[in-house]
Amino acid sequence: MAPLLLKGLMFYFILNRLAQALLVMAVVSAISFSLFNFVGDPVNNMVGQDATREQRIEIRQQLGLDDPILVQYQRFMLNVVKGDFGLSYRIKQPVSQLILERLPATLELVFASAVIAVFIGIVLGVYTGIRRYSWVSKIIMSVSLIGVSLPTFIIGIGLIYLFAVYLRWLPSSGRAGVIELGGWKTSLLTVDGWRSIILPAVTLSLFQLTMILRLVRAEMLEVMRSDYIKFARARGLANRAIHFGHALRNTLVPVITIIGLNIGGLIAYSVITETVFQWPGTGLMFIQAVDFVDVPIMAAYLIFVALLFVVINLIVDILYFIVDPRIRRGGS
Amino acid sequence: MTNLLEINNLSVDFPSRRGQVSAVNKVSLAVAKGEVLGLVGESGAGKSTVGNSVINLLEPPGIISGGEIIFDGTRIDQLSNEEMRKLRGTKIGTIFQDPQTSLNPLMTIGKQLSETLIETLKISGASAREKSIELLDSVGIPDPEPRLNAYPHQFSGGMRQRVVIALALAGDPDLIIADEPTTALDVSIQKQILDLMKSLCKQRNLGVIIVTHDIGVIAEIADRVAVMYNGQLVEQGEVTQVLQKPKHDYTKSLISAVPSGDQKLHRFTVVDYIDGSTEKVTLENVSDHWLSRNKPSNTHDIAVSVKNLSIEFSIRKALFRKNRISLKAVDDVSIEIKTGESFGLVGESGSGKSTLARLIAGLYTPKSGDIDIFGHNVLQKTKKTKTSLIRRKMQMIFQDPYSSLNSRMTVEDIVSEPIRFHRSTRNQSEAAVVVRDLISFVGMPSTSLRKYPHEFSGGQRQRISIARALASRPEILICDEPTSALDVSVQANILNLLKDLQEELSLTMLFISHDLPVIRQMCDRVAVMQNGRICEIAETDTLFDHPNHEYSKHLLGLMPRMDLFRL
Repeated sequence: MAPLLLKGLMFYFILNRLAQALLVMAVVSAISFSLFNFVGDPVNNMVGQDATREQRIEIRQQLGLDDPILVQYQRFMLNVVKGDFGLSYRIKQPVSQLILERLPATLELVFASAVIAVFIGIVLGVYTGIRRYSWVSKIIMSVSLIGVSLPTFIIGIGLIYLFAVYLRWLPSSGRAGVIELGGWKTSLLTVDGWRSIILPAVTLSLFQLTMILRLVRAEMLEVMRSDYIKFARARGLANRAIHFGHALRNTLVPVITIIGLNIGGLIAYSVITETVFQWPGTGLMFIQAVDFVDVPIMAAYLIFVALLFVVINLIVDILYFIVDPRIRRGGS
Repeated sequence: MTNLLEINNLSVDFPSRRGQVSAVNKVSLAVAKGEVLGLVGESGAGKSTVGNSVINLLEPPGIISGGEIIFDGTRIDQLSNEEMRKLRGTKIGTIFQDPQTSLNPLMTIGKQLSETLIETLKISGASAREKSIELLDSVGIPDPEPRLNAYPHQFSGGMRQRVVIALALAGDPDLIIADEPTTALDVSIQKQILDLMKSLCKQRNLGVIIVTHDIGVIAEIADRVAVMYNGQLVEQGEVTQVLQKPKHDYTKSLISAVPSGDQKLHRFTVVDYIDGSTEKVTLENVSDHWLSRNKPSNTHDIAVSVKNLSIEFSIRKALFRKNRISLKAVDDVSIEIKTGESFGLVGESGSGKSTLARLIAGLYTPKSGDIDIFGHNVLQKTKKTKTSLIRRKMQMIFQDPYSSLNSRMTVEDIVSEPIRFHRSTRNQSEAAVVVRDLISFVGMPSTSLRKYPHEFSGGQRQRISIARALASRPEILICDEPTSALDVSVQANILNLLKDLQEELSLTMLFISHDLPVIRQMCDRVAVMQNGRICEIAETDTLFDHPNHEYSKHLLGLMPRMDLFRL
């Protein structure tokens, strides 16, 4: 019975979540469209001080800013669905092309820091959960407190000072060693690229790492007290099997949710890290767009981040479904 | 006969900031192969601690402070952790109380079994699978092969406990320590599990230590019995001798406190040996007290009348109606509870007895049917205020005294909340007086008012729950298994209190229990429920002496063998 029923339930479940995701995207796109009408007059930024009234009107007509709101919204939505976010007010290039050019940088940064955060966070969390009273655990826990409490830009500047200025081991900013790989510009294939991604990735991951560490530890302590761990001990299972086979998997259920939400957070925080390290990603582009009130870029970025959040949450829900057999019952 | 396990002068201490707490004090026990030793005592007696110290899994910070444990001729209390681990599972198997929580919820039964088999017997994966099927078969799980891929939540409570037993037997141990193995189970399943354990013990020539608070279980299964009280062994001997001619006073009073299913007594026998359980309920003259004031003269003979009541819960949700599965928890039930009587509701778990109580209390909305309370239909949408006035005459006491009190409120706040909410006293100071009276009425000192729930034992908490229920001056009291989480001695006190209250305040009581002897002592009439339906409603004595329905007969047949230990 299991596989067929599982498939059916899974299908129903995913369909349900997709419907929710569509609703979220519709709301977000409406908000990002409203940016066009409420964040100042873009024409002022595009023309010089001495532009004539006629020139301004001409630009307004070109951009379609004089049409009724609903017409503008319809046009906006139709274009969005086609992947067309219009022209950047500042650079006068298609926004989608700008984002696609810079997306690999951000995604690689987020990916690298997510791997650091998840891997080190879980390993240290399990360690401190099992050896609760050892002095190594106590040191890890004290240091992790610093990771939670210091803001990202301070950590970034500190790391730049230590590793780039004082020790001169790593570059302080920028993205080096970029290779074009079938339309995707990657920096993960060269030594230079690796050297330049280490500092921003560590900076970005530190907060998430400490969060995951503390969460895994707390869950681990909780699970180690449970009856089935006691029963596993009473059956004479080895410590390794108990810690990793029984305890860790049970701690993962809540941890996955948090990790999913936090990867979204990584993208959001990358705005600051990219600014500090002058990393040429979408976050840096967004900050520059805010300076210039470049509404098409801001709107597109908003939709893009929302889409990422929705996709990640969908993946988390599916993972939940796979990890915990009790959710598969579908009801109650 | 050589002894498999010998415990000599074992002492276990729990060091704490306020000094050592001695949980076990110089206990000596012995178990031979093929013998079942019952270790009986009430909560806090130290019986589980004895079991845990044999396998060296004491809850920290507990330490063995004296004595020795000898297993199969070798001393094991000083083994290293690794040596002890090799002994667990292969030589000594353990079964814990709650099958719901003893199994890893995220791992299939087959995986848990084969993992244990590979570790303890050092066999390959393929033969572990075969052995798993064999084991599940031997503990009476039908059609075991496909069930290897099932997860624990897909088994019922009794089946899960069988899986737990299979896991404990996996390493082919010589000794089994079972810590309250049937406490979380229904009577009928309890009997099956005990029979299974007994036959496994004989077949495999196992030594078994069964730790329990339930003398009925001991009577059912044990060959010899050891009685613990307050960390000390007070008596040990053959089961018939100890149960029929107990030597120690504690054993005597413990046995007499077990409610009898054979005859109805006026009051429950109290375990008078236990310190502090002698607290007498001081019933004041309540006729002119606040509690009895404002009582409208009720002319209705029928307090609660339920007609054709049904409720369904959906087990599986689905987009299409045909794929949905729902369970009829209460199915076309009609009962009438007369004013002033004690009406019992008995049945196994899942029979719908608690759901019926919650429907009557208004915590669930029924799918169909009618509920009249003192002649007023409480399901009609109109006349809301009238309905809530009627509802206030009904209060409920829940099973679990730990989760039914808000741990962040003081006892005074808990008890006075209904008074404040209904504004049923003239002013604050009158409310304070009423709360103090209520709390002494249920046999608690007035100093407890400023304390928080965690400072009290289970029995004391249940008294607080009762005081809270009384604070809205109910005429109908619904008690949902009020004593099933409590020790026998405490149970006797609480049940006596409920009986006294009922007489003094002329309450109508709906009393729900799975415990037949308790029902016999408490109730005037009884309804037997099975699968959401009422099988039989009868006068208590008629039901117990001449049951009509097949299911009632079946239930009565499962009562612990009281004849074995009546003096």
